[in-house]
Amino acid sequence: MTSKVTYGIAGLLVSGMAYGSVTDLIRGYQNAGAGPFSAISGRAAWVQAHRHSTGMDARSCASCHGTDLSQPGRHLKTGKPIEPMALSVNPRRLTDPKKVEKWFRRNCRWTFGRECTPQEKGDFVRFIVSQ
Amino acid sequence: MKKTIAIIVLSILSIASFSAVLSSSGWGERDDEERYERNDESGNHEHEFFRGPRLGSRADVAPVENETYRSECGGCHFAYQPGLLPGHAWERIMDSLREHYGDDASLDEKQVAEIGSYLRTNAAEHASHSRSRAFATGSNIGVALPRITETRYFQREHSEIPDRLVRGKTDVGSFGNCQVCHRNADAGVYNEHQVVIPGFGRWDD
Repeated sequence: MTSKVTYGIAGLLVSGMAYGSVTDLIRGYQNAGAGPFSAISGRAAWVQAHRHSTGMDARSCASCHGTDLSQPGRHLKTGKPIEPMALSVNPRRLTDPKKVEKWFRRNCRWTFGRECTPQEKGDFVRFIVSQ
Repeated sequence: MKKTIAIIVLSILSIASFSAVLSSSGWGERDDEERYERNDESGNHEHEFFRGPRLGSRADVAPVENETYRSECGGCHFAYQPGLLPGHAWERIMDSLREHYGDDASLDEKQVAEIGSYLRTNAAEHASHSRSRAFATGSNIGVALPRITETRYFQREHSEIPDRLVRGKTDVGSFGNCQVCHRNADAGVYNEHQVVIPGFGRWDD
């Protein structure tokens, strides 16, 4: 009984943290001149495939993270399971701004061949929050 | 006053439960039975006369003990133990994180320094486990980035495994996905008695 209560409180705290840090993320992108942001634009960019000069299969965010964000993903090359992106399923997502920026930097470069703009990042955040 | 106490207690409880949920207990074992192992320099392990009571649970390679390495480098692939490559190979990898086997694995300076130091200090040539030291030689020193799977010792140990069980559209995918067949790889245990190949079964030599 006590453990249920403490897990419940922990879950609430984490969700609260997520809400707080999402607001901070969005504000950061707004300060960079971007916005308004839309989950629909985020979803469209999520599934858009990009070819690369290396001749590998076209890649998109969905290639590893899937189109249903409530499901776990899989690293395209190593097969390593990736926890679901959806905030509703995985309240730890988006709570660490350093982590968010690190993965945006790495994954945008790998997928699009360049860094994502603050507008694109804001759209992605809105999309993830909406799932 | 009561309210303050309640808030403090609640915060402590939630932090405690949170860290309990987040913490993971790794279990590595000291290689104190190593003196019984008959290994020549190339790490031939086929004549083990004294395995000790805990058959199959002894680590062959020291498990990963650096949390920065585990979280930064184990995020996309298996967290390969530092004892699986020689120091010069790890250095080449750390110098080229932007072009990390086709991916961008760049880190900030502080992380590069910490992880690089951890890897160099615990690289194969410094290992106390003899099977780990076997990875120190026979590493490909060419233009392409070093690969554990291309070391002499690795290739000898896996020479009998058919490609069709591992490569391509199998449940394994590649020889680089150690943990898929070596069920205790994360604890540094790689002996053949704990190998189960998906779609095939156990592989006891």
